[in-house]
Amino acid sequence: MKLLKRAAAVLAVAGLMGASGEAARAADEGPIKIGVLHSLSGTMAISETTLKDAILMMVDQLNASGGLLGREVEAVVVDPASDWPLFAEKARELIEGEKVAAVFGCWTSVSRKSVLPVFEELNGLLFYPVQYEGEESSKNVFYTGAAPNQQAIPAVEYLMSAEGGSAERFVLLGTDYVYPRTTNKILRAFLHSKGVSDDDIMENYTPFGHSDWQTIVADVKAFASAGKKTAVVSTINGDANVPFYKELANQGISATEIPVVAFSVGEEELAGIDTSNLVGHLASWNYFMSVDNDLNYAFIDKWWEYTGDKNRVTNDPMEAHYIGFNMWVQAVRQAGTTDVDAVRQAMYGQTVRSLSGYDVQMHTNHHLSKPVMIGEIQPDGQFEIVWQTESPIVAQAWSPFIPESAKLTADWSYPWVCGNCTEPRYADWFTN
Amino acid sequence: MLRLRTLIALLIVALVGLAPLAATAADGDEEVFQAALKGITASSFEEQLAAIDTLAGLGDPRAVTLLRALGGGMLQVRKSDGALVVAERDGRDYILSDPFTGEAMGTVSRRDVDKITVNNALRGAITAALSRLALFDPDVAKRREAVAAALKYPSPEMATALNKALEAEEDADLRRGMERALAAARISSPDKAERLAAIETFAGSSDPDIRSLLMPLQDEATESDPEVRTAAAEAIKRIDNRLALFRLVGNLYQGISLGSVLLLAAIGLAITFGVMGVINMAHGEMIMLGAYTTFVVQEVFVAALPPAYLNYYLIVALPVAFLVTALVGAALERGVIRFLYGRPLETLLATWGVSLILQQVVRSIFGATNRRVANPDWMTGGFELVGGIVLTYNRLIIIVFAFAVLIALAALLRYSFFGLQMRAVTQSRGMASAMGIVTGRIDAMTFALGSGIAGAAGVALSQIGNVSPNLGQTYIVDSFLVVVFGGVGSLWGTLVGAMSLGIVNKFLEPYSGAMLGKVLVLVFIILFIQKRPRGLFALRGRAAEM
Repeated sequence: MKLLKRAAAVLAVAGLMGASGEAARAADEGPIKIGVLHSLSGTMAISETTLKDAILMMVDQLNASGGLLGREVEAVVVDPASDWPLFAEKARELIEGEKVAAVFGCWTSVSRKSVLPVFEELNGLLFYPVQYEGEESSKNVFYTGAAPNQQAIPAVEYLMSAEGGSAERFVLLGTDYVYPRTTNKILRAFLHSKGVSDDDIMENYTPFGHSDWQTIVADVKAFASAGKKTAVVSTINGDANVPFYKELANQGISATEIPVVAFSVGEEELAGIDTSNLVGHLASWNYFMSVDNDLNYAFIDKWWEYTGDKNRVTNDPMEAHYIGFNMWVQAVRQAGTTDVDAVRQAMYGQTVRSLSGYDVQMHTNHHLSKPVMIGEIQPDGQFEIVWQTESPIVAQAWSPFIPESAKLTADWSYPWVCGNCTEPRYADWFTN
Repeated sequence: MLRLRTLIALLIVALVGLAPLAATAADGDEEVFQAALKGITASSFEEQLAAIDTLAGLGDPRAVTLLRALGGGMLQVRKSDGALVVAERDGRDYILSDPFTGEAMGTVSRRDVDKITVNNALRGAITAALSRLALFDPDVAKRREAVAAALKYPSPEMATALNKALEAEEDADLRRGMERALAAARISSPDKAERLAAIETFAGSSDPDIRSLLMPLQDEATESDPEVRTAAAEAIKRIDNRLALFRLVGNLYQGISLGSVLLLAAIGLAITFGVMGVINMAHGEMIMLGAYTTFVVQEVFVAALPPAYLNYYLIVALPVAFLVTALVGAALERGVIRFLYGRPLETLLATWGVSLILQQVVRSIFGATNRRVANPDWMTGGFELVGGIVLTYNRLIIIVFAFAVLIALAALLRYSFFGLQMRAVTQSRGMASAMGIVTGRIDAMTFALGSGIAGAAGVALSQIGNVSPNLGQTYIVDSFLVVVFGGVGSLWGTLVGAMSLGIVNKFLEPYSGAMLGKVLVLVFIILFIQKRPRGLFALRGRAAEM
């Protein structure tokens, strides 16, 4: 910890020396602006609208309690309309035009990849709140969602344990894009390392919004009739999940026979489904709305009050924004400025008590240490936590299960100062 | 109810004498029972599992009540005295009652109780344990359920229970079921003869679950006896042959089901595009409006009527959706499209614009998130036809509905006066007009009919997919494909087009995956259109003249 701070301090000096006149761009008067870059229309609006509301609520709260550095905080909301190139355009508008101090946004990996060059070019700061496939660490992004080792791997380990049903055969179902494909690549490598052969793994991809799951569910059933306990690992994204779960229920696949563990299905997604026939199917996250602690209950109360709707649910990406926003506020207070380079240095080692009840910490690989929780779907659309890690797990930005990425290190502190290097950039500095 | 069950359970135990221990040493038994109670609250999963097995074996009637509560996730531990309680949620508080007597124990805050977490594995163990006890239930339906569960959770304990139950069972059907379940339990028997007998029992089976049970007997790693291995391999081969055949039947059904969805989506377009020649990009939005109307009707039912009526909201939603979308369609035709007849490109752009407006209107009113349209009870679930092929009720009903709509529409066009006028206008506008038909009104009515059918389709499609502002976009491309492939202007073409696309798609999917399957179908249609530009059934008409 001490070492971490010291390394951060060294780098801060280095950063300041290299800083251009741009550092002064955040004017000292008027409100501090932050950007909210979430789709409010188009296919992703379903998931992202809630995140915009969550940030606005937290900004309200912050201002009510006196603001930041004695100034108001103002959220600038833009709508990239689920259009990936538009994300980049809007990001540029926020950083260059509005001169925002930080941006909270993006959901799909493809939208993050689209804005990444903009943030790196203009030295902006993005807080990305969604679990993703890893294999990335930019110094301009803080990843507050889970990396694969904080979600996918523990979930599969759970399925393989006696408690989780001792699964020996796996069906990997996913939507056809970068996140499911990369995650399944990691999972396949992981399963191989556990002695599961390719014969016992079935992989299947479907387009976004797939609605006819008859054949696939029938295939899963046939695959499961090989005398080994079978489990389904689902990286199906978006609203294709609703017809998928309906088909599962209608074809009478119960969780005790073939459990389905999902990485993209949370409370918000379940709100559109009757869950009485889905009891026992699982999801793996770092937070569930049903987490039993006072901080969480207080947050839910505020959320209900803010939205004026007692049926609104909270979910994992919201909690990630909660962590990201509070960490940013703490870092700005510590740095005494909203300057991106100074805030970035102050972020390392920053700790926040998250809604999950754990203290989570930002590491120099720009990822968090988070607890992992596995929940089973209940008839009321909530999850009951059946397993959780005893302490937070540090994120691996680069998966050790993929040979080419196992060599890479993400560490933005001295002597590495790199997001994807095989050796430290300043290794010789010590020896000289 | 709970009391009654307890009483029944007590009777069963007394009659059958499942628990010899209970009869001999009551005191010792009580000790075991109390120890098992401690066991289910243990933090270790193995201890909990063992405790459930003990409880089931004891045959103590209290065990049944307790296991039911545990399986339902109702059992909690009161922190103050460590007592087991049944807790029912009330906001953030819990209403407690005694698990054995049902006596109320007051309301406490969530902090005063600890929930006993039940996961899938425990739930499975509880189901198995309860079904072991339910094998002796006086109610035939309960016994039938228990037998079905017994087949899924074979174990030596289950075999003992089944043997006992067989002695008393009189229902021939249930006896057969029990024998099968017994054979399933014997598959893991250490006695070679018993294993062989079990394989023999299942040789004629076509159940994927049975196949699953037999698999370990075929494997060298799990089965040492070569004779058993050959017998098992042979039985599995025979099961596989039958399953392959059933698979074909299943594929065909899935194809027809997909075809009926395509048919429903396309049938309205067959009128507006097929008969009138309007390239109607807002067709998908008519389906979407129909789905949202279903949602609104459902909400009205929830708000205004007792819950018992909720099962019938779809029957009301159907005409309402038809009317709503027909009105929107008529307005669209009178307001926009009639000025654009004969200018397909402008029509395309104008209706595309209308579709975007409709989407945004719906998004503004209902929000961007999906709306939940519940399946009525009679559309939930399915029945197993044969060999693991489940026909789901919602899809079955949609197949029937699609054909009903098609037949009704065909009858309307063929036999009604309106249909006659419509065909007249389609074939020769000038002549029809000269004969005194008000062609403008017929145009509006035809378009309204097509839109109304799209709305009715929306009611059906809300039952299998998502109800979101983007709903229409999912179907619009498929609809055009079907109409163009089937032959513009021909209802039968639409039927044959939808069915063949659905079936081809479903037969390709297992081999190529959903993604590639779609691509292959598209390529096929492109090639087909090259060969026959007017589709399967080309018709003469206004569309053909363009």
